[in-house]
Amino acid sequence: MTETVPLIELRNVTRRFGSVTALRDMSFAAHAGEVHCLLGDNGAGKSTLIKTLSGVHTPSEGQMYVDGRPVTFSSPRQALDAGIATVFQDLSMIPLMSITRNFFLGREPVKGWGPARRIDMKTADAIVYDQLGKIGINVRDPQQAVGTLSGGERQCVAIARAVYHGARVLILDEPTSALGVHQASIVLRYVAQARQRGLAVIFITHNIHHAYPIGDVFTMLNRGRSLGTFRKGDITEKEVLDMMAGGREIRELQQELERFTKPGSGAEAVIS
Amino acid sequence: MPWTLIGMTIVTDALNPAHPPEPKPVSRRLVRLMRRPELGAITGTIIVFLAFGITAGNSGLFSMAGIANFLQVSAQLGILAAAVALLMIGGEFDLSLGSMIGFASVTIGLCVTQFGLSIPAAVAIAFVIATIVGALNGILVVRTRLPSFIVTLAGLFILRGLTLAITRTVTGRTQIPYITDGQEGSFVVWLFGGKFGAPVFAWLAAHGVIAARPDGSAMVQGLSMSILWWVAVTAFATWLLIKTRFGNWVFAVGGDDRAARNVGVPVDRVKILLFIGTALSATLFAVIQVLEAGSADTLRGTQKEFQAIIAAVIGGCLLTGGYGSAIGAMFGALIFGTVEMGIFYTGIDTDWFQVFLGSMLLIAVLVNNYVRRKATEAR
Repeated sequence: MTETVPLIELRNVTRRFGSVTALRDMSFAAHAGEVHCLLGDNGAGKSTLIKTLSGVHTPSEGQMYVDGRPVTFSSPRQALDAGIATVFQDLSMIPLMSITRNFFLGREPVKGWGPARRIDMKTADAIVYDQLGKIGINVRDPQQAVGTLSGGERQCVAIARAVYHGARVLILDEPTSALGVHQASIVLRYVAQARQRGLAVIFITHNIHHAYPIGDVFTMLNRGRSLGTFRKGDITEKEVLDMMAGGREIRELQQELERFTKPGSGAEAVIS
Repeated sequence: MPWTLIGMTIVTDALNPAHPPEPKPVSRRLVRLMRRPELGAITGTIIVFLAFGITAGNSGLFSMAGIANFLQVSAQLGILAAAVALLMIGGEFDLSLGSMIGFASVTIGLCVTQFGLSIPAAVAIAFVIATIVGALNGILVVRTRLPSFIVTLAGLFILRGLTLAITRTVTGRTQIPYITDGQEGSFVVWLFGGKFGAPVFAWLAAHGVIAARPDGSAMVQGLSMSILWWVAVTAFATWLLIKTRFGNWVFAVGGDDRAARNVGVPVDRVKILLFIGTALSATLFAVIQVLEAGSADTLRGTQKEFQAIIAAVIGGCLLTGGYGSAIGAMFGALIFGTVEMGIFYTGIDTDWFQVFLGSMLLIAVLVNNYVRRKATEAR
């Protein structure tokens, strides 16, 4: 493990909802300049973990640390102010509003005084144009609606927004799962850029093919527990896949499907 | 090679810094203009004026008196429509608006005739009460998370019932006359219920440009102050919506309140303020009518809530929130007032007005949905 103090860390965190334990004795740390992949099937506790990190939920037990100091967030706003930005699956973007208006939503730059105080749209447009240009998205008109962007572009705008507004920890919830190969590669390339700039990226996904090329560290989740944290050199893609809840099942499924295609197998007998 | 979409280019090859040629500013401005939500309402206004220009040519609709008339009708509705447009863009409805008008009217009437307060004091009290009613509406909606449609429907009946019950208990009648008696010259009465532009009209009449009475004074001695209020309220709403942070939040709250909350927009505060805005607009409407007529009626403002919604929708507001404009609502109100007066002047049975209204609403909703789909389509 890295010797530096992790940007964000959970120690022995448990989160219960009534009698249901969604997260059990979870320990987890994300360091600057690393992409930390959180892998797990549906119901493994990924979203509870994200929501705990981003200040939506508070831990029932255990403690969260930012820069080594214990913290308790009571709202997403507090987490944001501490530099922990979460890009949720819905992206928190409003399709009918312009790229610029979305980009600065809640943090609009203003000019003028008193009743004449207004959004500095010219500056805002210029920043958006510049920031998106840096990641290879060339917007002709930052005033066009976000709804006109493709899924991958929207994801990139949402990430760029978090980075621009001072995120040090970037939590990405399934950023590529709804995207095609080309669109996903745009997003992954941008995640690599964010890592290079020294951000701690927490990448939540159930898609190992997107996670393995970009990830430095992998934590596998199953039924609210951590199955362990591994560095990339210590584990292969196949081993990661095996450890995820779906791994064994997928292998069994594969064998089962092979039986269907083999001539002379039991499956054919059933059909005939 | 850059991978080109309409309106945007992604440079997939990092080594190729080639930028696409910038579109001409004129065409970009045109594209932005075509995207404006009020475009439909402006087109509609032109069609309505052309239609009545042909059919109502000599009926007096476009005489000075006729113009003053339809502008006044449009102005009163337009004051409501601007506030309603903001609220609808914020994703909510206020059906208690019309009842609030009646409530504010009798508040002023009772304060002046029963409690002996001055007109300015009565008007101030009415605005304070409106702020409280609006805040209550808003707080109920954000706390209960019930649809505002239901919460304010309750408000529609409660406020109208209170208006009738209180007025009848105190005065034994449902109308309060003689409110402005002896005060006709006061500044406040002029400010809300008076006319402006008198010198201009006198000059125009003296030079034979507009109709004059036998004594040489103008037939139309000025325009209703409500027209100035209409323009002022619309300008203020537009400024708020387009230029301020608050306006950005209004769009966001109506577009997706969960997303807005996630990025730190104070969703509840925005909604409560918008409800206060509609209640204040209803009270401004009431003040104007009371001070113009000199009397208050418990039934004032009946059905105005729907008319204001119709004007806002014709003006491009989506029923689902997140999209619309106050300028559009202004043109929506203008269409409304022009057609209402136009039907009257041309001698068409006024029953047809409602048919027209319903049809306009339907067409507007269909057009708006089409525009919304176009705006959110990936290009």
